[in-house]
Amino acid sequence: MESYIHIIILCFLLLTSFAIVRMRDLFSIVMLMGVYGLLSASFFVLMDAVDVALTEAAVGIVISPLLLLSTLAATGRYEKKKRQQPFLALIVAVFTGALLIYGTLEMPPFGSADTPANRHVASYYINQSYAETGIPNLVSSVLASYRGYDTLGELFVIFTAGAGVLALLGLKIKSPKKSRSTVLPPSSMSRHHILRIVSKMLIPLILLFGLYVQFHGDFGPGGGFQAGAIFASGMALYAMIFGLQTTMRVFSRAWLEFFAAVGLLLYGGTGVVSILSGKNFLDYSVLSQSPTDAQHLGILLVELGVGITVASVILLVFMFFASHMTKVSE
Amino acid sequence: MVELTYALSILCLLVGSISNLIAGFGIFHFPDVYTRMHAAGITDSFGTGLILIGLMLQTGWDGPIGKLLAILIFTLITSPTISYVLANTALKEQPPKTANTTHKKTDES
Repeated sequence: MESYIHIIILCFLLLTSFAIVRMRDLFSIVMLMGVYGLLSASFFVLMDAVDVALTEAAVGIVISPLLLLSTLAATGRYEKKKRQQPFLALIVAVFTGALLIYGTLEMPPFGSADTPANRHVASYYINQSYAETGIPNLVSSVLASYRGYDTLGELFVIFTAGAGVLALLGLKIKSPKKSRSTVLPPSSMSRHHILRIVSKMLIPLILLFGLYVQFHGDFGPGGGFQAGAIFASGMALYAMIFGLQTTMRVFSRAWLEFFAAVGLLLYGGTGVVSILSGKNFLDYSVLSQSPTDAQHLGILLVELGVGITVASVILLVFMFFASHMTKVSE
Repeated sequence: MVELTYALSILCLLVGSISNLIAGFGIFHFPDVYTRMHAAGITDSFGTGLILIGLMLQTGWDGPIGKLLAILIFTLITSPTISYVLANTALKEQPPKTANTTHKKTDES
């Protein structure tokens, strides 16, 4: 029965991607990409990958359509008509796709016991993780404890992406006026009373949920990446309803840049502390007497670093795009 | 009592699914933005709400009833809000309309 649901969702994914390719209206394409994200998130839930589904739900449905929409406001809504027919590109794409499909023929079926993924270290993690780290959520312990280097690398990637956007666009976000008493120009959405009140109700809950996902990542699905994306989407909602200027009173650009670096420093600093205590980089056992307490503390610090950096980078990029949008519309 | 709850939950799930299906047809079949929104908006709250209530009846007290209740409240708050925003934007942007569509000005637009 469940395999039918898998097949149906995969068919929907295929249909959505075909629709995305065929369409010329970029606005609809962005909406369809949100639908694509939702379908992928549901598929991940069916595959029991709840952590990945949470990330996909936050990033694929909220953050990336939001960034694309704010880009669209600057670029215009419709795709330009192409002059030439890119036959060569079609041939290359078909050839690559055929090769990839040919490659999957050799792969063992999904979930079979003798895939490399199941024969290598995975069984060790599944059997030993709880005894060694005392973390109920296997994903968190693998992510932050066994594979701490990889996660640090991912965090560097996110930080570099944010720095790259800042360096490439190089726009100045207009700083809010100095005197606090002046009434800021309201955003176009704030006239909608219903929208404003409902988002006032929802934003605290979204932020609270973000914090829950952040600090509950050891025990349930969640962790720094998801929490950062959820937190940033709550703040982005605030920025859309109440205006960019109002948001920047709370999170100014300088603070966001500062926090993006602080999160990374917190992660790297945890590693340096263990080096200075004579152990390996990111060996959490120096942080406390009992090994499981040390693991808990280390993962908490590391996940906090991830969450802070992810939230700050996403908010920074969103603010850059949004401020560019207001500049164009002027 | 258990059988009654079960029957009730099946009824809720069935009616909810059918109304969601009708909503899907309505979105494709209706001519302009307002009627489509009517199909999507009302059945979205009603159908999804009924499905969630049906699931709550299925799980009983010790299941994840709190989460379902939270989802229900969330849907009941957000879904009408989205309909309102859509309608308001449609009124402002004047999308393609049929001969029968009328725009009536309200205070807030």
